Amino acid sequence: MSIHPIIAALRKHKTGTILIMLQIALTLGVVCNALFVVGQRLDRMHRATGIDEANLLLINTSHTGLKTNTDASRSQLDASIQGDLQALRKLPDVADAYESNSMPLARFGEGLGLRKTADKHGDINGLIFYVDEHAIPTLGLKLIAGRNFRADEIGAHSLLGVVEPPVIIITQHMANELFPAGDALGKQVYMTSSTRPSTIIGIIGHMESNAPHANDEDYVWNCMLLPYRMTASQRIYVIRARPGRLQAATQSVPTALIAQDPLRVIPDGYGDEAGGRTFAQVRADTFRSDRAVLQFMLVISVILLAVTGAGIVGLTSFWVGQRRKQIGVRRALGATQHGILLYFLTENIFISSCGVILGVAMAIGFNLWMETQFEMHRLPLPYIAWGVVALLVLGQAAVLGPALRASKVSPMEATRSV
Amino acid sequence: MTRYYFSLGLRSLRKAPILTALMVMSVAFGVAASMTTYAVFRAVSGDPIPWKSRQLFFPQLDVWGPASRAAHGYTTLPSDLTYTDAMALMRRRGDIPQTAIYPIEPTVYAQDPTQKPRAIAGQAVFVDFFKIVDAPFRYGSAWSAQDDQDRTPLAVISDDLNQRLFGGTNSIGRDLRLNDLTFRIVGVLKSWRPQPKFYNLANNQAFEEEDDVFVPFNAAIDAQMDSNGDFYCNDDLPATGFAATLVSSCVWVGYMVQLSSPAQISAYGQRLDGYMSEQRQAGRFNWPANYALPDLQAMMQQMHVVPAETKMSVVVAASLLIVCMVNAIGLLLAKFLRRSGEIGVRRALGATRGAIVLQFGAEAAAVGVAGGVLGLLLTGLGVTWMQHVLDPRIAELVRVDALLMLETLLLAVVATVIAGMYPILRAAGVRPAMQLKID
Repeated sequence: MSIHPIIAALRKHKTGTILIMLQIALTLGVVCNALFVVGQRLDRMHRATGIDEANLLLINTSHTGLKTNTDASRSQLDASIQGDLQALRKLPDVADAYESNSMPLARFGEGLGLRKTADKHGDINGLIFYVDEHAIPTLGLKLIAGRNFRADEIGAHSLLGVVEPPVIIITQHMANELFPAGDALGKQVYMTSSTRPSTIIGIIGHMESNAPHANDEDYVWNCMLLPYRMTASQRIYVIRARPGRLQAATQSVPTALIAQDPLRVIPDGYGDEAGGRTFAQVRADTFRSDRAVLQFMLVISVILLAVTGAGIVGLTSFWVGQRRKQIGVRRALGATQHGILLYFLTENIFISSCGVILGVAMAIGFNLWMETQFEMHRLPLPYIAWGVVALLVLGQAAVLGPALRASKVSPMEATRSV
Repeated sequence: MTRYYFSLGLRSLRKAPILTALMVMSVAFGVAASMTTYAVFRAVSGDPIPWKSRQLFFPQLDVWGPASRAAHGYTTLPSDLTYTDAMALMRRRGDIPQTAIYPIEPTVYAQDPTQKPRAIAGQAVFVDFFKIVDAPFRYGSAWSAQDDQDRTPLAVISDDLNQRLFGGTNSIGRDLRLNDLTFRIVGVLKSWRPQPKFYNLANNQAFEEEDDVFVPFNAAIDAQMDSNGDFYCNDDLPATGFAATLVSSCVWVGYMVQLSSPAQISAYGQRLDGYMSEQRQAGRFNWPANYALPDLQAMMQQMHVVPAETKMSVVVAASLLIVCMVNAIGLLLAKFLRRSGEIGVRRALGATRGAIVLQFGAEAAAVGVAGGVLGLLLTGLGVTWMQHVLDPRIAELVRVDALLMLETLLLAVVATVIAGMYPILRAAGVRPAMQLKID
């Protein structure tokens, strides 16, 4: 079929044609970017943390009565932490436990640099985790090279001290950044504030940090395990419950800790402030805003597509109604039903094509603008391609009903006066 | 006559129920999405102290230098000061109200043994704080400047904490055990909860929990209360322990000053510049003296108090509204021009163009009102949905009030009338002769 009569007919409906094009273009521009946001959030929420998340429990506790400014008080605090850990590991609900400053996805913690030489340059940034030899089994981390800490390597350390452990374990991401040749194991490195080297004794395949929302990938995947018990009044215990006993552990663990030290505080609170959270809760709290944005963008996309589809149905119906007589004439002159159907489908594909061309430009423009405003990334091609396909299909589907109705117009219409 | 046009309009809308429903829903969805995101935006972007926000300033000093800032990913000056600089500014305060501030989270031990010890949020401040933020007192008052100097362990507590610990009675003079020290209560605030917590934005405290206790800054330092906020270092700690943080180049102390006139603002800027030049001459650093003095609005921008996500949602929802309006234009056009014959007859019988405009304007307005009412319901749903999915501390600020409802209706009607303008003009432009001839 020649496109010429279609263009001639559209000239008579300039406004309507332009409106549909504009609507398709705007919809494509917004939906591509909205779905890109959805995709990014989904990636972030569903990527592997590298830990075995089931049966994990996080307890946040503080005891401010104990000071950390004298050696005597520090060793008293350290003894109380070791007492806590012994009590926890003995509980029937608990498989393993360790004490720390932070854990994956926790959204609190400390970062530090690591470098190859003792001078103050070339820091690779990452997050630090105070752990003992129980951390790797508790979290279910996979050591891909080297070994775990030994119990005799673990020392007491306060947060405001100089971090210079003799041995450390780092993630492969960080190891590769420091030693691109892949020979990090056994190498000596320096923590930011330290003058004494730390030997890399183990490399973890994959571990997400406590800062999943960081823009800098380094802060997401560079983790350092330090062989320290954190002697600070406020600290966390990470607990692996025995299979099926996580719920029981949420009760028995705080009870055991309070029994160890009746003056300690395990806050009630909700969300981030809660003293005891399963890892599923930690995950939910951390990604709450991502989920909100994701749902919002999905709903908006669905509404946009529905509104645009409805708009096409409405305008095409109007055109069909307007042109009943002409359709009748064409039918009387020998056009088949199929030919009429094809006419409206072709007309729509023509309008939609113009719309999506404009829409691609809008999608890219919108994305560039969002990049400057909201730290968005560049819109990947597949999103645009799928958006184009979706809108073309939507246009054809929307026009199908009115077009079928048009094809059923009887040739008799040609003889009627109205 | 207008009433007649309305009844004509309604009759015409009823005649094409599907098209009408499409238009109404189009308007309603566009308006509801926009107003839902606006409700969230309004909640997080509101001016917490409108009568004074233009007088509040937050000094920032370039104590790290451009190279170190770049290495640590800073595009602005650090929002916090070092302890050393904050104290130096406090010593030079003269008669301008200002305060250093840092967030604390002490454990409070109730005298009633049945109450569990619990950690509460608070701020360590100088006395000017209460004057600057216009904190309302229920009992007692702030401490004195002399108390600041004497580093006396005193406390001003929230109404909420006073309820919990003392059953809401006048607790002035009572003891409050924070960590292992005793603070004497000198003031109890009335219910006071500015959102965002503008006085310590420097420490990323915008939507943190309510502060229950305020203690003299120096007393908190003496008690070695750790900061519960940001603590950023660009260099090694010179030694270990709390004392080291006081001499380090780590930034963790917020600072707020009230400046009432342009002259005061520029004088204070000069004072900051002078301080930095002095430090430079003393050999502390070798980069040019550099400072910033943002006001509250600028500070809210710098600290991203309105999350990027919220702004993005507003933009996307506004785009939806535009698409819905384009849609409404198309549908109204179709609807109106379908009745070209009717218009021709009315014009031929003597109706003026104005009358046609009025008739179709009434019809468009009816769509707008219907869209507004449905939009109102959908906005209510949308806001409820947002309250479920957002962070609880932000969710509780998001609400539907009379103003929002009025704005929703107004937006719907205005949007529809704007969308209706072109179709109405086209309808009014129908030439009677043409239509009568065809018929």
